[in-house]
Amino acid sequence: MSRLSDHNVVIAREIIARYPKPKSALIPLVHLSQEQNGYVTTEAMKHIAELIGVTPAEVYGTATFYEMFKFEPVGKYVVNVCGTMSCALLGAGELLHHAEEKLGVKAGGTTDDGLITLMPAECQAACTEAPCLQVNYRFRYRMTTSDLDALIDDLRAGRLDGEIPPHGTLGRTRQTIPDDRAVGAVHPDDVTTGPAWIPMEQDR
Amino acid sequence: MTDSTRAVTHDYIPGFYIGDRPQVVTSRFEYEDSYTLERFLATDGYKGLEKCLAGTPAQMHEEVKVSTVLGRGGAGFPAGVKWGFTPAGVWPRYLVVNGDESEPGTYKDRLLMERDPHQLIEGCLIACYAAGLSQCFLYVRGEMALAQERIATALNEAYAAGYVGTNILGTDFSVDIVLHWGAGAYVVGEETALIESLEGERGMPRLKPPFFPAAVGLYGKPTIVNNVETLANLPFVALNGSVAYTAIGTATSPGTRMVAVSGHVKRPGVFEIVNGSTTFRDIIYGEEFSQGIRDDNDLKAFVPGGGSAPWFLPDQLDVPFEGREAGTAGSMLGSGAVMVMDSTTDIPAAALTLTKFYAHESCGKCTPCREGGTWLMRLLERVVAGHGTDADLAQMLEVGQTICPGEMPHASSERLGLEAVPFPYKMTTICFVGPSAWAPLHSALTLFPEEFAARVTPAPKRISIPVTALAAAGADQ
Ligand SMILES: Cc1cc2nc3c(=O)[nH]c(=O)nc-3n(C[C@H](O)[C@H](O)[C@H](O)COP(=O)(O)O)c2cc1C
Ligand code: SF4
Ligand code: FES
Repeated sequence: MSRLSDHNVVIAREIIARYPKPKSALIPLVHLSQEQNGYVTTEAMKHIAELIGVTPAEVYGTATFYEMFKFEPVGKYVVNVCGTMSCALLGAGELLHHAEEKLGVKAGGTTDDGLITLMPAECQAACTEAPCLQVNYRFRYRMTTSDLDALIDDLRAGRLDGEIPPHGTLGRTRQTIPDDRAVGAVHPDDVTTGPAWIPMEQDR
Repeated sequence: MTDSTRAVTHDYIPGFYIGDRPQVVTSRFEYEDSYTLERFLATDGYKGLEKCLAGTPAQMHEEVKVSTVLGRGGAGFPAGVKWGFTPAGVWPRYLVVNGDESEPGTYKDRLLMERDPHQLIEGCLIACYAAGLSQCFLYVRGEMALAQERIATALNEAYAAGYVGTNILGTDFSVDIVLHWGAGAYVVGEETALIESLEGERGMPRLKPPFFPAAVGLYGKPTIVNNVETLANLPFVALNGSVAYTAIGTATSPGTRMVAVSGHVKRPGVFEIVNGSTTFRDIIYGEEFSQGIRDDNDLKAFVPGGGSAPWFLPDQLDVPFEGREAGTAGSMLGSGAVMVMDSTTDIPAAALTLTKFYAHESCGKCTPCREGGTWLMRLLERVVAGHGTDADLAQMLEVGQTICPGEMPHASSERLGLEAVPFPYKMTTICFVGPSAWAPLHSALTLFPEEFAARVTPAPKRISIPVTALAAAGADQ
């Protein structure tokens, strides 16, 4: 059951149709599969390859370049603790160390109950709010060790289920382009003239 | 805090402070619902687009050119000039929006996407109209879930209301804006890597010259890549005109800039500053900005323009936030990120956080970066751990030379009697990730040599056995 579901195939086809070339949909579709399964399965990559007309090796080749894709099961919550300069200057090292002790796992590991994966991370574009972390890419700012304890307790008790979806789900709103408003993607080789609003004689 | 500074922060915008200064891109941030179409339309939203569509594309392009809207993504190249580089008569042309913000210290594009997505969409439309770009891809960093949500919602609203899609506002201007998102790789922020990634490939930069994206970009077609903040400036330019825009800031650096100040300051935050004239002293010590160093400690050093930039010392506090002046002083403004280190900072350890970052983010396409970055990181790790020798320090300089041959830019130091070496550097790599692994470490080594010297021991003497002795030993067996 780790190919894309029928429901997700509909979404996938919508996404593919937005690009002039189907391969451009590769990363969004791998995200979609990760949203479905929590991580990226081999079967899903094969399915994506079929959908966009490339080989499974090409999907794997691209996907493995990117840090957010996980090819083994991870916790329901992935906690990314930033360790880059601004956060490091304000105690990110101690924060990560504390998280390791509290969770009883080393950075990179998952708790025995499969709930939380702890990851060292890099600058998250929240440097003024250091030290910071993300839970499934939702921010927590200016974290103290006691904030971290409280966060982990909340995650364990399921108190953040409403706010933080399981690992794999990014934005909970998807773009939808209504048919009657869409310009539509055209293969680049099929475009030979300039757009309607650019008078030819005015183009440099 | 005085009344006149109107320095407010709201819990819905962590870290952002409004001041008593001109606001070009943050004018709606004081509203909690700034990201909704309703608020946008109530505050002059899409008015710039209307005005733009009432004129010709060439007129709009000219307006942006004379406004000298400098790129906010790092290189500071004027947007209007870049748009002019697309070859005449070659179609289609694309717009790729760079929302991959991940340079260490940088926090501004995410705010602009989360807090005012419609402003960005309006900016994209203005660019597409002016430069004849027929499809726009808005590439948002993968780790920014909220920004993706806000942009998706805004695009859905804008399509429904007739601002994006076919026949925008009843004209023959038609353009799709597609939200695309990454999956975690710093180097993808480099414009040609961004294009590779958008084509479904590993995000490795392309070799350039000869072909820049404006000529050969997405799918081999002319492509304009602009930063989020750059595009967010356009609605103001379209609505108020170049005269109003250039009235803010200086002649060479007009308008405002979003600057994030982080590290050991009393009030870390993101500020929209007047471009070109605001000095680093204002930004770090000013009452309306970061209000000085924590615990009233002394300032030791600061990074003026994101993790890639050579460091500045207290000697450089009076340098204004202006590209050329920062370059002459030995660094660059990059992505508008100031990281401040106070007197308690362990300099080699601080440098290590950056060297580690760039070594880890190397895409592996060129050897000096792939091998050199990791090598520098290992040497520095050893030194920071207290196991290094003076030979390790010499080795760092040698590895650095293979990445950036010749003189490396650095700041002047009265304390050390050093003259500044101006920006830029020479490089042996395809993109700036390699040099960025070296630049911070080079600054640390050059400006704080004593901190490294105190950490290392003399290298043990190499024991060499003469060949004759070996031969004799061999003969014995
Ligand atoms: C390694 C590297 C990372 C970069 N990351 C970003 C980034 O995250 N966002 C960005 O806008 N520009 C980034 N840039 C700069 C882009 O290559 C490009 O110059 C910029 O997006 C152009 O937009 P602008 O002219 O509007 O500034 C990066 C450059 C390099 C070399
Ligand atoms: S400098 Fe580094 S990141 Fe840039 S292309 Fe070369 S190996 Fe890749
Ligand atoms: S350094 Fe941690 S968010 Fe930027």
